[in-house]
Amino acid sequence: MRVALFVTCLADLMRPGVAFAALRLLEHGGCTVEVPDTQTCCGQPAYNSGDRATAMALAKKVIGEFEGFDYVVAPSGSCGGMIRAHYPELFRDDPALQKRAEALAARTYELTDFLVNILKLDGVPGDFAGTVTYHDSCSGLRELGVKAQPRALLAKLPGVKLVEMDEAETCCGFGGTFSLKFGEVSTQLADNKCGNACATGADAIVGGDLGCLLNIEGRLRRRGDMKTKVLHIAEVLAGRSD
Amino acid sequence: MELRSNEFKPRAAANLLDEKLQRGLGLIKVKAVVNRASAVAEFGDFESLREVGKDIRDRALADLDLYLERFEREATARGAVVHWAENASEACRIIVQIARDNGVKKAAKSKSMVSEEIGLNDALIEAGVEVIETDLGEYILQINDAEPPSHIVMPVIHKTAEDVADLFHEKHGTPRKTDPAALTREAREILRPQFLSADMGISGANFIVAETGSTLIVTNEGNGRLCTTLPRLHVALTGIEKVVQTLEDASVLLRLLPRSATGQAITNYVSVHTGPKRLEESDGPQQFHIVLVDNGRSKLLAGDMREMLRCIRCGACMNHCPVYQAVGGHAYGWVYPGPMGNILTPSYVGLENAVALPNAATMCNQCGVVCPVKIPLPDLMRKLREEQMARGLKPWAERLGLALWGWAAQQPALYALGTRIAVRVMKWMGGSEKLIHRLPFVSGWTDGRDFPAPEGQTFRELCRARRTNELPPAAGGREPGGGRDARPESQPQNSAAKVTIDAHIAAHPTACSRSATGSRKNASAPAPRRSPARWRSCPPCRRCRAPWRATWSRTTCPPAASSGPACASSTGSAPASAWKTARRAATTSSASPAVSAPSPKPAR
Ligand code: SF4
Repeated sequence: MRVALFVTCLADLMRPGVAFAALRLLEHGGCTVEVPDTQTCCGQPAYNSGDRATAMALAKKVIGEFEGFDYVVAPSGSCGGMIRAHYPELFRDDPALQKRAEALAARTYELTDFLVNILKLDGVPGDFAGTVTYHDSCSGLRELGVKAQPRALLAKLPGVKLVEMDEAETCCGFGGTFSLKFGEVSTQLADNKCGNACATGADAIVGGDLGCLLNIEGRLRRRGDMKTKVLHIAEVLAGRSD
Repeated sequence: MELRSNEFKPRAAANLLDEKLQRGLGLIKVKAVVNRASAVAEFGDFESLREVGKDIRDRALADLDLYLERFEREATARGAVVHWAENASEACRIIVQIARDNGVKKAAKSKSMVSEEIGLNDALIEAGVEVIETDLGEYILQINDAEPPSHIVMPVIHKTAEDVADLFHEKHGTPRKTDPAALTREAREILRPQFLSADMGISGANFIVAETGSTLIVTNEGNGRLCTTLPRLHVALTGIEKVVQTLEDASVLLRLLPRSATGQAITNYVSVHTGPKRLEESDGPQQFHIVLVDNGRSKLLAGDMREMLRCIRCGACMNHCPVYQAVGGHAYGWVYPGPMGNILTPSYVGLENAVALPNAATMCNQCGVVCPVKIPLPDLMRKLREEQMARGLKPWAERLGLALWGWAAQQPALYALGTRIAVRVMKWMGGSEKLIHRLPFVSGWTDGRDFPAPEGQTFRELCRARRTNELPPAAGGREPGGGRDARPESQPQNSAAKVTIDAHIAAHPTACSRSATGSRKNASAPAPRRSPARWRSCPPCRRCRAPWRATWSRTTCPPAASSGPACASSTGSAPASAWKTARRAATTSSASPAVSAPSPKPAR
């Protein structure tokens, strides 16, 4: 099974460890993983900012880079959702490209969704021990139906205890460029999220999207909490959770 | 209603700091969100009901003209008078004229958002008509110097019982009381005589029914029924999009509306008004006027925002919107707040007059999944953003930033260089704390949050570095117990780079659960003994099936060398130079990302 890893720009820039962890998990599941070298961004920031032309150019690039694989997996519901839920619409006026976009969309998965529903992993290599609480990122949850998958995988780690926070499905306030344009509102939402997460007393806040995680971590640290870890689910499952 | 939508940002920021307001807004989650969730769960297959509701509204909109004409015919045949208003001022003029013609001195109103939209109260007051709001929430706002509502269903959700207690004490001159029941009783005592003395009752309409020419309202306080039956005139005011084909259709929407709005299975009152009082009837108005307002709706019908006309004004989108929950309805600066307002306000008053609104959402789609008629609210907001982009209504800095970033992201080499520099600078800025407290151009982030610093190297860079600079530690040697035959495996010949987790271990020697020495068998230091259990959990090399090797393998077998390494041991005793040649061949081809396509397997 040839699987292409869509690294995502945030993992590429901010947390390479997340991409390595995703790689490890996919290989653990027996995939031949490839990382197309010229990949940059799925185009979502442009798409959500109303810059359709740039979004289309980047989507075309992604389609060209990734359409030859059996599957495309992204350690992010947001980028995965962009490809799965929005690429076909993006090319509504270009039937040929739309067909290619649809084909790619049908093979694109968010990491935990892929591990659970395609690879049907029996176990995961991580050895994290502690209490965690899981933040459901909006795109993964509402565009791709990622809810039970990360929880099922966490349950495979004997040392992990999952404590659900209140409003786990409520947006953390990141929203891409929203976090910059409406800083005060975004911060407030991040603060609500931190409050709910910390109320569980968990050692780590875990999520599937780096955007949300950086937002939550940023607020958490500004609130003075230097202790609670903020981890990507791939890091927990693959064993990078120092 | 005064339009202040372009002040969204400062007003939102101020509202976040308003503790009293925040206390009031807290109730939305407790009341509306929780109640809707349990009503939906109790109903069962609410999803199918939403689907049916969507179809009903789409059907009505598809032949809107026909249904409106039918409505007019049926209503007229039953003695009502139907008026058509193209815009707000025409609607006001029509109602003022009805009042004048009939010597109306006092009008009792039940809640109508369209009346807020067209500014009816001001028009009537100017014409010398006393207007009494009889919905408790609207009444509270009216006596508070005609404060605008902050929610379309719960207009005073921004006020606490304490606020109302102070207000009643001040305006009514009665002893201050905080018990909500007592406050309601006080308001009722003041309002009852008003219904009896009003000449005109004004209501909205949740739906208008084409087959019977009826208007329909749902209320909980019963004031709507009093307004529409006691005064001698009844004026029902609503938008042209509210038409449905049949009473049956209306009954489906009645299952959706209260559940979505307040979590009720049905409201306390559902009133269907069909014509004025007939001779044989004892109650009802002598005249029944229906004012149908366009005010921009037909423009929507022909455009990208058409789906917004399905809206049945339940307020679920705002109840569930994290932004609305945080800043309240007044920040939106016009009649319709929250996600539906982010679309309706710019659509009705002009995109340039509500520039912030389509952007004032995180696109979390919480609104879209609760909307009873399945309006894809985030998609519509995105379309408005596209229109803003096309019309140059976005700030230049945003446009420039997007253009630069978008261009760079299409130049992989340049992008790689730029990001390599950026992550180094930012790592340095993060210092030992690994947190950036201030960042130029993005104070929106750093004013309230730290920015976690990057690790200092990009993933692609780490990949590339290992691919081009490192030989696998075991490339020339043999693993203890190695020397197995490389398993023939058909490998696609492409250039994409592949790294194994060992690369990650090399990058984070202490971070991984297994240490580098633990997995690198032929490192010069003697490898510590592995526990068998641990060993088993290691993923096998995909070629030789041996557990993890100290390897840095190419993604694929280089085309030139079938003996190219998958892991160190699977190459057997291939001399290092052969490996190098193979690697060079592959590295060269890796400049192009072309990938030979296997037959696609649609996943689901
Ligand atoms: S947009 Fe949907 S959720 Fe919002 S008020 Fe209208 S019908 Fe209700």
